[in-house]
Amino acid sequence: MDTFRDKIVPVTSILVGVVVLWYVLAVILNTPFQRDLDRRANETSTFSELIGKTLSQPKPTLPAPHQVAVNFFENTFLRPINSNRSLVYNAWVTLSSTLLGFTFGTALGIIIAVGIVHVATLDRSLMPWIIASQTIPILAVAPMIIVVLAAVGITGLIPKAMISTYLSFFPVTVGMVKGLRSPEIMHLDLMHTYNASRAQTFWKLRVPASVPFLFTSMKVAVAASLVGAIVGELPTGAVAGIGAKLLAGAYYSQSIDIWSALVAGSIVAALLVMVVGIAGRVVDRAMGGRPA
Amino acid sequence: MTGLSPAVVSANKLGLTFQTNDGPVQALSNVDLTIGKGEFVSFIGPSGCGKTTLLRVIADLEKPTSGAISVNGMTAEQAREKRAYGYVFQAAALFPWRTIERNVALPLEIMGLSRTDQAERIKRTLDLVNLSGFEKKYPWQLSGGMQQRASIARALAFDADLLLMDEPFGALDEIVRDHLNEQLLQLWGRTNKTICFVTHSIPEAVYLSTRIVVMSPRPGRVSDIIESTLPKERPLDIRETPEFLAIAARVRDGLRAGHSYDD
Repeated sequence: MDTFRDKIVPVTSILVGVVVLWYVLAVILNTPFQRDLDRRANETSTFSELIGKTLSQPKPTLPAPHQVAVNFFENTFLRPINSNRSLVYNAWVTLSSTLLGFTFGTALGIIIAVGIVHVATLDRSLMPWIIASQTIPILAVAPMIIVVLAAVGITGLIPKAMISTYLSFFPVTVGMVKGLRSPEIMHLDLMHTYNASRAQTFWKLRVPASVPFLFTSMKVAVAASLVGAIVGELPTGAVAGIGAKLLAGAYYSQSIDIWSALVAGSIVAALLVMVVGIAGRVVDRAMGGRPA
Repeated sequence: MTGLSPAVVSANKLGLTFQTNDGPVQALSNVDLTIGKGEFVSFIGPSGCGKTTLLRVIADLEKPTSGAISVNGMTAEQAREKRAYGYVFQAAALFPWRTIERNVALPLEIMGLSRTDQAERIKRTLDLVNLSGFEKKYPWQLSGGMQQRASIARALAFDADLLLMDEPFGALDEIVRDHLNEQLLQLWGRTNKTICFVTHSIPEAVYLSTRIVVMSPRPGRVSDIIESTLPKERPLDIRETPEFLAIAARVRDGLRAGHSYDD
């Protein structure tokens, strides 16, 4: 179809707008510091010189897009992949705990949802706690999980993955509870006329009906998992990972590093959501879904 | 009806009262009815007359609050557990993730039939509703009429002798509906099933039925039972005959009588 007109043009227009706004903000935000530098060096800059300088500071308040792009390119493609300055390496560290936590979280979310749908007591007793669990700020919980697990000798990947699990099981639970309850009354009546057992109704009706809900909630969950993994890297004093890069950048005022780590994190998030989305579409098509 | 074979459906002083937020609603009151083997009985009446509720009571989808119902000489629940009937809903209610043949296979899977047995029955019932060649299609690839035929095939697949149909053609256009009515009659003639058919169309009820149960609302009750004098063999143009029109007029009178206090 007309993807160019319907998708590429609108998305690109916004991108161009954002980049322009970013440059404007970079100039405005970096100007005071640049003026300060000029005054100390007893220099006077013309307007165009000033703009050029504000966009090429080594530690700018707001790095310009091209500075971030250059930094990102260097750290992604020009460094050996096993170097701890490589963004690929750091992204992989974060990605591995994201995926582990996401897998645990999805499984846990499904198990809890099945319990809630089938056991009335669990619906009443567990659901309020599950909702309450998500109101606790993860930044407060994360260090405790890391510290407690370290005390019992568990360090490394697992504690970070657990924080991802903590964030990702919730959307899956909520989505799957809704999905498992989504069959129409008529379909449930139909199963009743066949005298179908609860297990048969579950496997032949509730599970297939819940699949679209599962993928929708998994998209939210995988993004939450990544946030969990990054948050998990902050208090561990982790030596690698997107979170560690962000923290190190903040310590040493390497604002360009922070921004390029941020870009790396966003790309990983976009890729994860995209992969889940594609998986969802493949499954939907295999289940006879109508092509959109 | 002979006295030898027990009635397929027998209702005795049947009543059902729903408890709603606006107080109790009497959906069925004092329904007495016997349906013999091989009959085609239509339930007709305005909305709220309890015709669908009565069908659901026969199917054990609702429990009566008074009186008694028996299906094949058993309670409705026992009959359901024995898979005594096939139920066709107002909508086709096909599972969108299953192909037509897998939809027809659904009750067979649940009843634990072997794969070969399933395949044989799928073929036979899809032939019966003229859907051969559409086995691998998904429901959305079929028209509304074809979907409803697939749902009839699904209800026939496990060889229940009783077919309960709740306004199965209500959502279809006139031409498709005529066509399906004709096919349903042929199917009934060939299979000797007992059919309970809910409708709000007078021509449909008269065309299809050996007996027409006219119902009226508030409380839902049987106001008239009309035996059809039409022959078993019924071409579509039988609807123009004086005999047909006479029966239709009686049904209309019955409906009007039930309604008179309402205006």
